[in-house]
Amino acid sequence: MAELSKRERMAMSRTQMPTRDPAGRAATFDEVNLGFNTGLAVLEASRCLNCKRATCVEGCPVGVRIDAFVAHVAAGDISAAAAVVRDDNALPGVCGRVCPQEAQCEGACVLGNRGRPIAIGHLERFVADWALDHDEAPEATPPTGKRVAVVGSGPAGLACAGDLARAGHEVTVFEALHEIGGVLVYGIPQFRLPKDIVAAEVERLGSLGVSFETDVLVGPAVSLEELRDEEGYDAVFVGTGAGLPRFPGIPGEDLIGVYSANEFLTRVNLMKAFDPGAETPVYDLAGRPVVVLGGGNTAMDAARTALRLGGDPVTVLYRRTDAEMPARAEEVAHAREEGVDFRFLVSPIEFRGDDGWLGSVVVQAMELGEPDEWGRARPMPIDGMTEDVACDVAIVAIGNQPNPILAKATPGLETTARGTVVVDPETGATSIPGVFAGGDIASGGATVILALAAGRAAAAAIDAWLGADPS
Amino acid sequence: MEHGFPIRDLTPIADGVVRCVVEAPRVARHALPGQFVIVRVDVGGERIPLTVSDLDEPSGTITLVVQAIGASTQRLAAKRPGETLADVLGPLGAATEIEPYGRVVVVAGGVGAAIALPVARALAGAGNEVVGVVGARTRDALVLIDEMGSVCDQLLVCTDDGSAGRHGLVTDALSDLLDEGGVDHVFTVGPIPMMSAVAELTRSAAIPTVASLNPIMVDGTGMCGGCRVRVGEETKFACVDGPDFDAHLVDFELLATRNRAYRVFEQCRMAELADG
Ligand SMILES: Cc1cc2nc3c(=O)[nH]c(=O)nc-3n(C[C@H](O)[C@H](O)[C@H](O)COP(=O)(O)OP(=O)(O)OC[C@H]3O[C@@H](n4cnc5c(N)ncnc54)[C@H](O)[C@@H]3O)c2cc1C
Ligand SMILES: Cc1cc2nc3c(=O)[nH]c(=O)nc-3n(C[C@H](O)[C@H](O)[C@H](O)COP(=O)(O)OP(=O)(O)OC[C@H]3O[C@@H](n4cnc5c(N)ncnc54)[C@H](O)[C@@H]3O)c2cc1C
Ligand code: SF4
Ligand code: SF4
Ligand code: FES
Repeated sequence: MAELSKRERMAMSRTQMPTRDPAGRAATFDEVNLGFNTGLAVLEASRCLNCKRATCVEGCPVGVRIDAFVAHVAAGDISAAAAVVRDDNALPGVCGRVCPQEAQCEGACVLGNRGRPIAIGHLERFVADWALDHDEAPEATPPTGKRVAVVGSGPAGLACAGDLARAGHEVTVFEALHEIGGVLVYGIPQFRLPKDIVAAEVERLGSLGVSFETDVLVGPAVSLEELRDEEGYDAVFVGTGAGLPRFPGIPGEDLIGVYSANEFLTRVNLMKAFDPGAETPVYDLAGRPVVVLGGGNTAMDAARTALRLGGDPVTVLYRRTDAEMPARAEEVAHAREEGVDFRFLVSPIEFRGDDGWLGSVVVQAMELGEPDEWGRARPMPIDGMTEDVACDVAIVAIGNQPNPILAKATPGLETTARGTVVVDPETGATSIPGVFAGGDIASGGATVILALAAGRAAAAAIDAWLGADPS
Repeated sequence: MEHGFPIRDLTPIADGVVRCVVEAPRVARHALPGQFVIVRVDVGGERIPLTVSDLDEPSGTITLVVQAIGASTQRLAAKRPGETLADVLGPLGAATEIEPYGRVVVVAGGVGAAIALPVARALAGAGNEVVGVVGARTRDALVLIDEMGSVCDQLLVCTDDGSAGRHGLVTDALSDLLDEGGVDHVFTVGPIPMMSAVAELTRSAAIPTVASLNPIMVDGTGMCGGCRVRVGEETKFACVDGPDFDAHLVDFELLATRNRAYRVFEQCRMAELADG
């Protein structure tokens, strides 16, 4: 493409991501976004102004050199773009798909104030997918002879393992479940993040020399002390993530038909309950009313999954308004297009049912009051205004607490009152020397990219610690 | 990826019940009485909870005693030594609290005897006088009678049809023991109506009673909340807070209801299995 002037670039509109048709896609688990082809990617990248002060980079929690990689894409050199992206982001194919870009890189792009930020996420995804198809084996680093155990295979653990392996350390990832990936495999659905993308990233780590042991619940099955004293690990990274789903604590929440989003999504994603031949059941949703409680990404995933299993209607009940929903903008838009209904300013107060089975949820009407300590308007009940909403299944997506098992089994590992592991924010160092932690287990429920950043920071700190460690 | 947990031995020990000895060294090293594992019999299969009935640390094996009542347990029962179980995750759950209570009655129904055995053994080891009460439908469905007999100071066997031991329910035997007096503690595991009936008997006698619950589970690591049970005024996750709970506070009716949630699905799977 001929060199464009700044003015011409600014006049171009944002390249649309090709998507599957909403009507058809709501019946399948195939990925909704189809991805850019090279032509679309080059077109979109050519809009970038290559700002001197690239504010987009400041908006990315891991500082991906967006200006550099986008320029390579614009020049048609995808391989060079891939090298930049790979260097800065351990899981670019994942982040390109699931980061809340509008609040991060794209939110900080100078073109954003005209409503047309560069589609950085879509470009990152394009480059990452291209790289997976054109991957060369990563070069091996001379071994240091040091061994590191990584506990938990979510984004924090995977990112940490990758950097440590590249530094020449021998890394084993221990995972409790039977598959590697954490929330990326049991939580985020196929139609948003295909499982082969995660598998390819995991395979890449394998080719870097990372070993994986599934079916190991560290703590009960092997203590941190045993990993160090008997299995010869010199350091440990804890990336055990969020577990323990929260329930609203209202009458009837034990009725059959009330699922936590974790259980519902695990049954469908990890255990493949969407497949008619699967052995793990999920309640039959076909033609039945489903409600989802919450307004985050988990709620959107649950609602869109319920829709794909035939739920009719599927309604998201959220206690604030549209504007306060924490979910990614793209997910909310996709959910709407597919036919998910939204009801705002309602909060559940009771589940009702017959014979142990859910029949409806009573909701309390709310209004927005004074801002809370985070500056978000606090929802307040409107006296006397309640309503009975019929539903056969209710999916609760109001957050998780940290997984407590490892901390419980590890004396000396300091935790907060909320149950998160206490860490040095720079290094991830915990109260136990040689034990580092990061991701949701330290921050509380956050995002893939923040977990990844924490894993990488800890890897650097572990590398330094191992270098300094005389033993 | 070559993966799996080799089966060392698999033997039928009663009508529809097999004993499976499987290599799971990390579990064998750490499991305590009352803890369980989550098993996937085959890749693609569902995750089912099974109690660690026995273990041998030197050989790295654990023993599971499994009643083949549904699709997954039947697949497990049809395995042969030398084959593998795809996944064995554990030890899970909190161990049974073992203390010197005094005279303890361990009441087990059906395959519950397999769960009761390591508990009875540990209770005896802690200096308790252990009375075992083991029941089943019929003689051929009794499991681990010899083993229970060898760890209990006294063993009472009951069958519904009178084909072995006392003709009657375990609760009849328990009732007599309570009338005799001197019972300090009760541990019970088995079908839900049985545990519920045991709890009713000991409630009026005000004897502390612990029941080992068997809700439907998925991950077994506290992540999904599917195993929640109602205990007193609280919701508990059986896989991390249990499976043992104060039997006098457990809502058994709710547990029974929740365990029926997938009945239709399970029956379809069984029918498919029968059709081959
Ligand atoms: C449904 C859903 C949708 C989401 N959507 C988005 C999104 O669109 N964008 C975004 O940025 N974020 C999203 N998030 C949040 C994001 O997924 C998490 O913040 C992120 O996965 C945290 O990563 P982690 O590595 O800390 O832990 P996790 O991904 O939670 O992984 C932890 C892993 O550790 C394992 N584990 C736990 N304890 C042990 C133990 N003792 N021994 C061995 N293994 C153990 C667990 O089984 C798990 O596999 C979503 C979350 C959910 C649930
Ligand atoms: C902590 C714990 C420990 C257990 N230990 C043992 C053990 O040592 N040996 C053993 O044989 N079984 C044990 N169970 C029960 C075992 O997990 C179930 O029998 C098994 O999951 C059934 O799977 P299935 O696919 O073969 O049967 P399904 O087709 O799933 O079910 C067949 C029938 O069993 C009922 N059922 C389903 N799940 C359970 C359950 N969790 N408990 C009881 N009934 C159920 C169903 O309602 C149905 O009627 C334990 C359960 C728990 C929670
Ligand atoms: S990692 Fe996330 S925030 Fe950073 S550039 Fe990529 S999509 Fe944007
Ligand atoms: S801020 Fe926007 S226009 Fe400027 S370099 Fe970054 S992506 Fe390009
Ligand atoms: S089985 Fe999932 S929380 Fe207990």
